[in-house]
Amino acid sequence: MYMMYGFLALYIFMLAAFAGYEVISRVPSILHTPLMSGSNFIHGVVLVGAIIALGMAHGPIGRAIGFIAVLLATANAVGGWVTTERMLAMFKSSKDAPKR
Amino acid sequence: MWFVQAAYFVAAVLFILGLKRMSSPKTARGGFYVAGIGMVIAVVATFFLPGVGGVTNIILILVALALGGVISWVSGKRVSITAMPQMVALYNGMGGGAAAAIAAHALTVGGGHGTSEVVVGVVGALIGAISFSGSLVAFAKLQGWMTAWRFPLQNYANAIVLAAMAVFAALAIVYGNSGILIVFFLVALALGVLVTVPVGGADMPVMISLYNAMTGLAVGFEGYVFGNPAMIVAGMIVGAAGTLLTVLMAKGMNRSVTNVLFAGFGETAVGGEVEGEMKPIEVNDAAAMMAYANHVIIAPGYGMAVAQAQHKLWEFVKLLGEHGVKVSFAIHPVAGRMPGHMNVLLAEAGVPYDKIHDLEEINEEFATADVALVIGANDVVNPAARDNKTSPIYGMPILNVDRAENVICCKRGKGRGFSGIENELFFRDNTRMLYGDAQESMSRLIQAVKAY
Repeated sequence: MYMMYGFLALYIFMLAAFAGYEVISRVPSILHTPLMSGSNFIHGVVLVGAIIALGMAHGPIGRAIGFIAVLLATANAVGGWVTTERMLAMFKSSKDAPKR
Repeated sequence: MWFVQAAYFVAAVLFILGLKRMSSPKTARGGFYVAGIGMVIAVVATFFLPGVGGVTNIILILVALALGGVISWVSGKRVSITAMPQMVALYNGMGGGAAAAIAAHALTVGGGHGTSEVVVGVVGALIGAISFSGSLVAFAKLQGWMTAWRFPLQNYANAIVLAAMAVFAALAIVYGNSGILIVFFLVALALGVLVTVPVGGADMPVMISLYNAMTGLAVGFEGYVFGNPAMIVAGMIVGAAGTLLTVLMAKGMNRSVTNVLFAGFGETAVGGEVEGEMKPIEVNDAAAMMAYANHVIIAPGYGMAVAQAQHKLWEFVKLLGEHGVKVSFAIHPVAGRMPGHMNVLLAEAGVPYDKIHDLEEINEEFATADVALVIGANDVVNPAARDNKTSPIYGMPILNVDRAENVICCKRGKGRGFSGIENELFFRDNTRMLYGDAQESMSRLIQAVKAY
């Protein structure tokens, strides 16, 4: 594992937080659920860390922890994806859905 | 490997672009696919990271990917839209658990970390573990497996556990041996349970958003430990998004986040008695009232979700449309069990989103509406929150349904709402109560309107 220089990381933290706030504050309340489950999907990127942990593991304990991490992270990412996609597919305007 | 780093960079850009496109229902779905591509790129690239490898490890990774993927794919496809809040809580908890697990890995067998990595790693582990156990409790409660309960001196107990956690976190940072780490994790997990257990159903939108933000933060912090900018960026964005939603939800209830966490509503509520009586209405009269109206505004609440009444409701609304009645939906920010819960349910039933309005948009229109139809909503339409300074919910923004010429409240029985406060709306002169299961009432309304 390689280190990141502390303050550079701090800048990334700060800028990402502001970017997130700015981007999200424009989401209308009608989309709050998909926004939440969609951001739920995005923190599924923890899967990357989980794969690194298991991929670099030596010995049974490291592998056990890594395995649990990958399992949980995958469930997070895939579950977040499936539910959000299902919900977004349901949002239609009057123009998209002609009256029967 | 430069291309792995490039892949993480591209993934981070795609995450932000994807979320940005979620600001409109028109582009939201496409945007979400953009974020999905980012995720695939980041995950695939990770296999090429130097040091990641070994046949055993790769096989284990693939097995875990397949196992977790299949289970959550199937459960995610099958879950009903009504049950969405608990699924979101569950998947969120998994993410928190994963963040805690990789922190445990880095702190024990990972090795070779500087002080800042250890500190950030421990803090991330703590947040992730609380989010994990807290989300699981939230899931169990939303699923109906357990109800809110409080015990005497609960806040003191929580404070002691919190202090213990801080002590063990410090010990873990200084000594870093696995025994201390195990105790530290157990205490953090216990805190998540203790904090979530007393929170009632109507406060769940706040809790779910909060845990979403916490998992995001935990992922961001572990991204620092793993030297992975994609995790930092994605985690922090989610942290910011979740915090924003948490604050919005708390504002929708006129309460602070700490108040939701540390004060059970039932205890602070002193339900005053209301003068007057609730006047029932027959289905036929209610149907006639709405069929001959010009403008009907519908205010749904959690009761609609419980009764699964959204499909029948939309059928009814379409019938009204054929009679030339203008119908709009008014959604309170905290109606339901998660942010935007009602919008998703109505979208599922096929209601176009341009008919759905939030509180600020529509609140003025109640005064000109002929009928306001309240379905399974209670506290969010209680005029006491606006007019009665002695009410425990005074100051909470409400839908002004009482200003409509007539109000019809669809309600299962005569009981009080979640907060235990009598709803003054039900006693107003212009209010009529339509008792019964919401779905059944809708079916009967449909039959009745068809007769006109």
